[in-house]
Amino acid sequence: MPWFTRGRRRVTSRWPAHPDSYRDTFPGAVTPIDRPGEAVPAEIPAVCPTGAISRDGDRLHVDQGRCILCHRCVRQYPERFRFTIPAPAAHRDLLVVPALPETDDALAAVRAELARRTRLLRRSIHVRHVDAGSDGADEWEVLALLNPVYDIHRLGIFFTASPRHADVLLVTGVGSRGMAAPLARTLQAAPRPLVVIAAGTDAISGGLVHPTYATSGGIGDLIAATPDSAGATGAADGDPVRVDIWVPGSPPTPFALLHALLLAMGRLQ
Amino acid sequence: MTLTPLTADIAVWRTNILDRLASNRFASLFATAPPESDLRLTALLASAGSIDAIDVAVPRGSTSYPALSAVVPAASWYERKIHDLFGLEPLGHPRLDPLILPLREAQPRPLPGQRSAIPPLTPDEAAIPSRVLGHGVFTIPHGPVRSGVYESVEYLVETPGEDIPYVGIRVFAKHRGIERRFEDLDVSDGVLLAERVEGIASVAHALAFCHAVEDLAGVIPSPRDRSVRVIFAELERIANHLDVALKLADAAGLAVAVSRFGYHKERILRLIGAACGSRFGRGVVVPGGIGCEPAISPNALLTRLDDILREVFADADLLMQTPSFLDRLRGTGPLDPALARRHGALGPIGRASGFDDDDRWHRPYDEYSDLPQFPAVSSGSGDALARLEIRWSEIRSSAELIRQAVAHIAALSAPTAEPADVPAAIDRISGRGIGWAEAPQGEVVYVVECDDGRISRCAPRSASFHNLVLFHDVFAGDILTDFPFIEASFGLSIAGVAL
Ligand code: SF4
Repeated sequence: MPWFTRGRRRVTSRWPAHPDSYRDTFPGAVTPIDRPGEAVPAEIPAVCPTGAISRDGDRLHVDQGRCILCHRCVRQYPERFRFTIPAPAAHRDLLVVPALPETDDALAAVRAELARRTRLLRRSIHVRHVDAGSDGADEWEVLALLNPVYDIHRLGIFFTASPRHADVLLVTGVGSRGMAAPLARTLQAAPRPLVVIAAGTDAISGGLVHPTYATSGGIGDLIAATPDSAGATGAADGDPVRVDIWVPGSPPTPFALLHALLLAMGRLQ
Repeated sequence: MTLTPLTADIAVWRTNILDRLASNRFASLFATAPPESDLRLTALLASAGSIDAIDVAVPRGSTSYPALSAVVPAASWYERKIHDLFGLEPLGHPRLDPLILPLREAQPRPLPGQRSAIPPLTPDEAAIPSRVLGHGVFTIPHGPVRSGVYESVEYLVETPGEDIPYVGIRVFAKHRGIERRFEDLDVSDGVLLAERVEGIASVAHALAFCHAVEDLAGVIPSPRDRSVRVIFAELERIANHLDVALKLADAAGLAVAVSRFGYHKERILRLIGAACGSRFGRGVVVPGGIGCEPAISPNALLTRLDDILREVFADADLLMQTPSFLDRLRGTGPLDPALARRHGALGPIGRASGFDDDDRWHRPYDEYSDLPQFPAVSSGSGDALARLEIRWSEIRSSAELIRQAVAHIAALSAPTAEPADVPAAIDRISGRGIGWAEAPQGEVVYVVECDDGRISRCAPRSASFHNLVLFHDVFAGDILTDFPFIEASFGLSIAGVAL
């Protein structure tokens, strides 16, 4: 039987136009359960290997940008933590759930700025992936976007081999110092406007691997630490290069990555 | 010539290793720099049933020792890595270029085992001497940012136009300093880091780490836990082998096959995710047992797996009858059987060239000791095609192993309680343990040293590290367009090489 008869059943997700049950049920992020008026036991934050959990008064917060989804908090304190859908954010502070009170104002400005740059990207984008010290699993999830289940081509999203054709830079990994120069060269070669996505907890904060002598705390730090980050990697339109969108997950799920790409296109909030 | 005590010790150590190599396989070589004492070199040798360490002390202040690779070529990359991390020079090494951490002379070295903070170190490409090229030969660099979604690695293909006489391999861009990061973690955090050493083989790395810890603590997980471990380890193998098939089909431009294997792989990852909440099986293996009960019943898992594999095998059969595909693999990237044996080539790469040393059968762990053996079969031609045949054969045996592990679980009574945390015996361990597991890429070995429950040294060795060096030797007669096939057929992960 030849190849063209294979796979004629529809397997492609209809998300974001329609809900997707896998996306809605997969435990891709952790959030605290609010129990107003109940004291939070002081030992709870210590359960987390990356210090993602904090406590203020009777509230718990999880920084999803530090969470490596080890599931310990949910297993040990099921009445205090639950799983939720990972939500990529246009502001680093938004990854702290529930949100800290001061996030709101800053956010509106950031959103407006991103929208200004991404106005031209609405219909179709070309994405350049860069591995800056991943554990290898992140690349599998990025590649999964091309399989027929996610099939990102249906949404006008394409991967490109050359940074010169890139609208979006999707960066994975803890920010290994050996990637500082190659990443800077890639940023330099990319046209503007450019949206930079930190894909995964490793890329956001360095995850469990950071700190070591060879890592920076995520790719935001790596870009900032690169000597010419303000000059050569600075944008033609005068904006310094920085991370625009943060995707939690260790590794990030394909749906979270897709969500982030749609944010970059201004097609989701 | 009079020998100093150092040389005498090292000479005895070397002779010891060489003697053992008549019947054992060279598995690893690493160093440890404990605070306030001599540097220690440790060679690992794999025999039937075990992997043993042979140590020698290198007194403080010594900056060199006679290279083991002069007599054991398989040690070559290991000694380059030791040179990078410790600044210790193996005298007589055939080619001592920096491998995972090129540094300028004056910089401090990471010295794993020190347990003290060191300043950030940035790899410096300029520290790698450039090769003198032959007449009319030029270098085509691929990477470290590759065209496509790849891990960062740089291949320097030296070519006069079409043939590939030499490939340079640079993996340092994604060196993460993982070995130092293990230090001072307790073992329950240590296993989380082990899962991130080589993310596509999380289960195998967690297993090897936990086996080392359990070896040290004298703990044996329950039969049920041992069977659950087998299930996740074999699912991980299936996912990885499908990934190789997908990448080979991609290299050949078979769009429908790429879609099909991408779909199958996605379904396997979803099955793993449904069973444990992580698409990579993370959090399942913990020191002393398993960290969670499977969220779907073993029988339901088996039914779903059978459904997926029925379609996988139908597509695999078609792929293996597609002439335009087979033509690209047949005779491509052959690994000489004699070299495979001499080097101790691991996993499917070794097996495709007739060298089979599978940890699951030769040094069984967990429930494998009570499961039948399924030696993988191929045409034995050692080329990219044989490596793919091995993987199909392994997917079939993985399915069978899962079936039997599920039967073992069914025969046991259901667990009465949620899995406990780390058993008390493991909490405060001191000493050194060695653990191993057969990853989809081949054997993973961990040496874990603990001091009152805290890790003082952890030396992981992935099959990817041991096998990638063979890349140098498989381009005989191949041309540039064969490169993606050869790379895909190796099925390695750079994260596990650069650490
Ligand atoms: S699941 Fe996340 S927040 Fe919870 S303990 Fe693990 S890393 Fe911390």
